[in-house]
Amino acid sequence: MSDTARAPVPVTVLTGYLGAGKTTLLNRILTENHGQKFAVVINEFGELGVDNDLVVDADEEVFEMNNGCICCTVRGDLIRILAGLMKRRDKFDGIIVETTGLADPAPVAQTFFVDDDVKRATKLDAIVTVVDAKHLPARLTDSAEAQEQIAFADIIVLNKMDLVSEAEAAEVEKRIRAINPYAEIRRATKSDVPISAVIGRDAFNLARILEREPEFLSGEDDHVHDSEVNSVSFEVDRPIDPERFNAWITQVLSSKGQDLLRTKGILAYEGDDRRFAFQAVHMIADGDFIGPWKEGDPRRSKLVFIGRDLNRPWLRRGFEACQAGEDEAKINAEIARWSPPSA
Amino acid sequence: MSGAEYLLDGRGVSQSLGAWVAGLAFGHEGKTCIFGTTDGVLHRAVIAAPQEPWAQHQAHQGAVLSLRADGKDGVISGGDDGRLMRLGADGALVELARYGSRWVDHVAAHESGVRAAVVGKAVHLLDGAGAALKSLAHPTSVTGIAFDAKGKRIAASHYNGASLWFVAAKEDKPRSLEWKGSHIGVEISPDGTHVVTAMQENTLHGWRLADGQHMRMAGYPAKTKSISFTAKGRWLATSGADCIVLWPFFGGGPMGKAPTELAGGDQALCARVACHPQQEVVAAGFDDGLVLIAEVASGRVVPVAAPGRGAVSALAWSDSGTHLAFGTEEGFAGLVDLSRR
Repeated sequence: MSDTARAPVPVTVLTGYLGAGKTTLLNRILTENHGQKFAVVINEFGELGVDNDLVVDADEEVFEMNNGCICCTVRGDLIRILAGLMKRRDKFDGIIVETTGLADPAPVAQTFFVDDDVKRATKLDAIVTVVDAKHLPARLTDSAEAQEQIAFADIIVLNKMDLVSEAEAAEVEKRIRAINPYAEIRRATKSDVPISAVIGRDAFNLARILEREPEFLSGEDDHVHDSEVNSVSFEVDRPIDPERFNAWITQVLSSKGQDLLRTKGILAYEGDDRRFAFQAVHMIADGDFIGPWKEGDPRRSKLVFIGRDLNRPWLRRGFEACQAGEDEAKINAEIARWSPPSA
Repeated sequence: MSGAEYLLDGRGVSQSLGAWVAGLAFGHEGKTCIFGTTDGVLHRAVIAAPQEPWAQHQAHQGAVLSLRADGKDGVISGGDDGRLMRLGADGALVELARYGSRWVDHVAAHESGVRAAVVGKAVHLLDGAGAALKSLAHPTSVTGIAFDAKGKRIAASHYNGASLWFVAAKEDKPRSLEWKGSHIGVEISPDGTHVVTAMQENTLHGWRLADGQHMRMAGYPAKTKSISFTAKGRWLATSGADCIVLWPFFGGGPMGKAPTELAGGDQALCARVACHPQQEVVAAGFDDGLVLIAEVASGRVVPVAAPGRGAVSALAWSDSGTHLAFGTEEGFAGLVDLSRR
């Protein structure tokens, strides 16, 4: 098959609320002299003109898949446009998809997991969200989409830094961290981030999942409302039983998938020297072995959920119960409450 | 393998066109075969002298996205430059319409002269002189169009179904054929009794127009991108599996009937199908580059072109059924003479 022999084309998704500076960033990427050529998919209601050879107007048609899963949505227009672009992929090095300010990033991300042709010919490089440092707090309060755009982001460009004080900036970063401790935050004025910070990041590569250390807030935030997006993260010491994990995570994603925006994990499977990487967007999951654990590194399994209405104890108990020999450990712990130590 | 095993080597000519072959068609005048490539070029082969250099016509500033035979002669093509072009059998290139920055994703024409071009959610109809007749609006982007055999109706596939329009109707209101999900291509049976669409979820859906009966045809490992009825409409040939899948449209089928599978076993996916204009014979192109012809009744297969020159992306018969042409994603193009010797 001819197209499988070629490296998949990286696709960068650019999201952000109206007026945050998304189009400014896009034009910076396109005009900066980096020797790369991009095909750009823009939405009809773009704020500013885009100056590029290969610009495609998109309609943002969000389609439900007929697979019984109501949160499994894809961008139908994107499937069609990417198929068209693949027919002349020698004309560009990468593709940038700009979404409207009010777009939910999930259908865009899910398109790269669900459609076989898209999956074969392209790869999701990163979701970059541009936010306005001054107005983000207000947006987070009144807009579900603004929260989702933060939750889905791999890289967040905290723009218009010239309009806020250091204290305000720190407060905004704190709000972002509460939603998504794994995203990389880049402070900027007039979207002036280096192109290398947003393009070619390979952030959706399973091998790079959780490569970044999370920047959790110190102490657990107890002021999060159920309707707001936040994140929880768990680590366990003992190896994971793959069958138990599969059964559990399948059940979690199918029952809570609508509220779970992104799930990522690195797992130490029992009896296997390789790391298993896992990620999901709503109910759609993907996972694979990604090479051995580093010599001497602790083989701790880690799982992160970003979403709404997260039941921390329920998720924690479930994940802990996926450890191999967990039943035996529980019995031993029960006995240990009263049994004398061995002689 | 010795060359003689493939018809292309003994009875055909081939060329490297340098870019993905997005579409091809034989002109209804019977003299030309025209290939459209994603560098915007239409390559015109003269059937009587196929070994002569194929004339190149720069029709689009960008890619050819779709190409069909025009009503009388030559072809029409749609491009990502937003233009609808016509290339006559004589090599005359004419711009029929210009639709701005939007892609012209699909085109179709009927021998009556009427032409159609898909731009986003609209199907634009033009008459034989190139004048705009009307624009048919759809709820979402149109993913495929097909005229019926008489050119009286046109079907358009889109999200949640297909719309069937009368071309000459004074009041434009389509018959809505509804079925939940994303439909990605459409055909009308030769006798005008059935509409069939391909779907995003690797299935086909059909409607019997007389009573609205639904038909679901499933079991494909990949999306069906190419569907073609045999000349009298008894069989529907489809791509999307590692063989040619044919659904029977007779004896009560396809409901409750298993499809016939032809030319399987090579593990390559069937990418394009094209039924012979008179016989119950179907040509198929696979994603490893193999092209073959299979007779439906006997299942006998004749190899046309060897694998290895790119996934087959375009495939068509001449009206007379004496010639078959194909093109691949790597820009390889073949034209084979199958007339009786």
